[in-house]
Amino acid sequence: MKEARAMKKNILISPYGGLLLLALILALMPLAVSNDFHYDLLTKICLTATVAVGLNLLVGYAGQVSLGHAAFYGAGAYASAILTSQYNLSPMVALLSAAAGVGVMAWLVGRPILHLKGHYLSMATLGLGVIAAIVLNNEEQLTGGPDGVGLPPLSLFGHELSVFGEYQFAGLTFTGVELWYLLAAAVLVIAVLLALNIIDSPLGRALRALHGSEIAAQVAGVDTAKYKLRVFVISAVYASVAGSLYGHYSGFITPTVASFEHSIELITIVVLGGMASTFGVIIGAAILVLIPQFLTDFQELEMVVFGAILMAVMIFLPRGLLPSVLQRLQRGAQ
Amino acid sequence: MFSEFFQFTFSGITLGAIYALVALGFTLIYNASHVINFAQGEFLMIGGMGTVVLVGTGLPLPAAMVGALVLATVAGILLHRLAIAPARDADVVTLIIITIGASIFLRGLAQFFWGKEYHALPRFSATESLSIGGATLLTQSLWILGIAVVLVVALAMFFSRSKLGKAILATSMNKDAARLAGIKTQVILGVAFGISALLGAAAGLIVTPITFTAYDVGIMLGLKGFVAAAIGGLGSSTGAVVGGLLLGLSEAYTAGYISSDYKDAVPFVIILAILFFLPNGLFGSRAAERV
Amino acid sequence: MSALLSVTNLSKEFGGVHAIEDLSFEVQRGHVHSIIGPNGAGKTTLFNLVTGLYQPSAGAVTLGGRDITGRAPHKLCEMGMARTFQNLQICMNMSALENVMLGRHRHLGSGALAAMLKLPGLRKADRHCREHCRELMTFVGCGDYLDHAASAMPYGALKRLEIARALAAEPDILLLDEPAAGLNATETEALKSVIQKIAGKGITVVLVEHDMKLVMNVSDHLLVISYGRKLAEGTPEQIREHPEVIAAYLGGGTRERQAQEVPA
Repeated sequence: MKEARAMKKNILISPYGGLLLLALILALMPLAVSNDFHYDLLTKICLTATVAVGLNLLVGYAGQVSLGHAAFYGAGAYASAILTSQYNLSPMVALLSAAAGVGVMAWLVGRPILHLKGHYLSMATLGLGVIAAIVLNNEEQLTGGPDGVGLPPLSLFGHELSVFGEYQFAGLTFTGVELWYLLAAAVLVIAVLLALNIIDSPLGRALRALHGSEIAAQVAGVDTAKYKLRVFVISAVYASVAGSLYGHYSGFITPTVASFEHSIELITIVVLGGMASTFGVIIGAAILVLIPQFLTDFQELEMVVFGAILMAVMIFLPRGLLPSVLQRLQRGAQ
Repeated sequence: MFSEFFQFTFSGITLGAIYALVALGFTLIYNASHVINFAQGEFLMIGGMGTVVLVGTGLPLPAAMVGALVLATVAGILLHRLAIAPARDADVVTLIIITIGASIFLRGLAQFFWGKEYHALPRFSATESLSIGGATLLTQSLWILGIAVVLVVALAMFFSRSKLGKAILATSMNKDAARLAGIKTQVILGVAFGISALLGAAAGLIVTPITFTAYDVGIMLGLKGFVAAAIGGLGSSTGAVVGGLLLGLSEAYTAGYISSDYKDAVPFVIILAILFFLPNGLFGSRAAERV
Repeated sequence: MSALLSVTNLSKEFGGVHAIEDLSFEVQRGHVHSIIGPNGAGKTTLFNLVTGLYQPSAGAVTLGGRDITGRAPHKLCEMGMARTFQNLQICMNMSALENVMLGRHRHLGSGALAAMLKLPGLRKADRHCREHCRELMTFVGCGDYLDHAASAMPYGALKRLEIARALAAEPDILLLDEPAAGLNATETEALKSVIQKIAGKGITVVLVEHDMKLVMNVSDHLLVISYGRKLAEGTPEQIREHPEVIAAYLGGGTRERQAQEVPA
């Protein structure tokens, strides 16, 4: 009896069941929304969630704080902008080169800073993020400075994907906005799948052990420095890809994509949604993208209300939204 | 040539004194509760903006200053009481997010009640500047240095002489032992937050006559204070003062000799360089991990 | 008989205090070698030095003839050394089984790409690892906790779980740091048979333990240390008769003088 119930629970909250549910919700979303504005929000949620899923591997699972992750997002976006407009690379080639470049960059900066612990690691990642934002602001010839820089539309297999376009597929007509949403949703699903695979592997176990007990990990044969660096690079590449896509989607970026505030927003998504909960951080991303929409009613009080919500959630649900809710449901069921 | 150097040095020390006060605030809260308070910069904002607003209502400058300091201190105590104390068992990252939420909240309140405009305060002395050896010294800088020294000395005496100060030290060293000795640790932590807010507000207040203030000045000032505290090694008061001065000087020299575009990057480059060689800051203790 | 582990003139200072001073001994392959001594004698420090968690101030450690002095713990694990901790080192964010599976890390491919793509080879290896680790949990007496979260387990079971994790690495040498501390008589009896079974598999065991009955029952050889120095060495019978050991354990106040009189 007890076993049967455990089995049932397993299927319900098994990560891959969650992935199926996520794909289903994303696929059915177009039935619920009608206008371009809604699609725009959905696309932004998917891209933000992609960064958060990657960051969660680093912060939630491996327990290494990064307060500068927007730097990698910004680096991806700017690398795509510069490679496409100044070096005439095709957007997909630029995106992949940017991801590779950002991965190498993360590897280089990660090596010296990832042996830091606790608040010193927070400080170092924060510092890297602030420096990146200042560089983007000041290197005007390359980045356009505070005014920002434009990007061409994304092109896939020779077809341009513009938010203003209209496309025919198998007799159906899609707007560019709809296709962008589908693309972002597909990227998110793939990002989640890869993350779930990592977590459910020897690599994932080693990463979680870094969080649980670094000493246990070491004596069990885990080269902790190497694994910290690995997950740092993986999460940076996630951010870079999402940044590149966002750049092509919005067609224009400014240094705010790499700002300290954006880094804080990203870590907030992870902690608010639930550390070490891949689906929790997707909910976190949705909330942080949507909240400004609901708060426009408060107008001048927007910041006050947002700050208050943030504090309240973290005080009353310190483990984050999804894990806390699941825990309560579980307790209720028993 | 020399007068230029003298000028940069002096403005560096002035700036450094401000950073040192903010860093001391960080250190105080870090020692008492192991929280990095990302809302620390908002106390500077309250100090500056509060004074401006109170002067605007017709209060004389000294009374307005006291009013702003009281306001910030109350905000600090409330921050502890309402946001930090209820979450004391939470994860480090969770506490960081709570203080970030608090900083957004305070900034939002300031923006709502006090507006988004930039403001300045009159200088404390009628004479605006002195000329020494070809360099121009702002009298306000002398005020800043003087007040900073007084505050640092007062703080040192407070911790070494007063019962309350010793209770804070005891709480930061070992909370359980302090509680057994009859110290109400939650009250003590509240006091630590209050003092830290007072220090921050004083720094924000005295710097306003030369830098302007607005609802959002706290972000960068707070971050630099955090950097100064980390340079010295989190938890070390001497480190906080040294870190603050180091930061102020290098920022002034960079702005003067290299490029003012990158002066805001200097603190972060320094802290990365220091952490690269000394993972616990200049004065941080190297606690061996016990297994 | 050949020495598997040998420690030569090992010293460790903490700010001027000698935790371990000029200590030399050898552990024979296949032996259960116990290290005993009063509290604060430096037994755990010695373990931390041998397993690479601390860097020695002087001296050398070799494993199977290879110099391993100051080598990183994960490298030592790859060379066949495993250990447990007096104060548990368990990943409370993982299940009990996953903690044991972590111990098998060195036998599994952990490439990022293989993990992301869930390559069939890796999946198969991981499935085998899961099965093997369930057996190990049963072997050490944690069979009741196969599906538990580590955080839901009692202290005694966690102590055994650490042994299972160490065994999962398939070590040549296993260092156990006070495995019986906090266990009741029944649990200690079970632990004794686990240690004997481990030794029966040909794994060399180094045991730090206060429970003299357990130590005398399972050990082939004993090393007695006090204040970081060697006090005596020999078989359980020899140690039982050793006057300095008796003095150190029963004599209390004369301990210090005794330790100094023993030639290094």
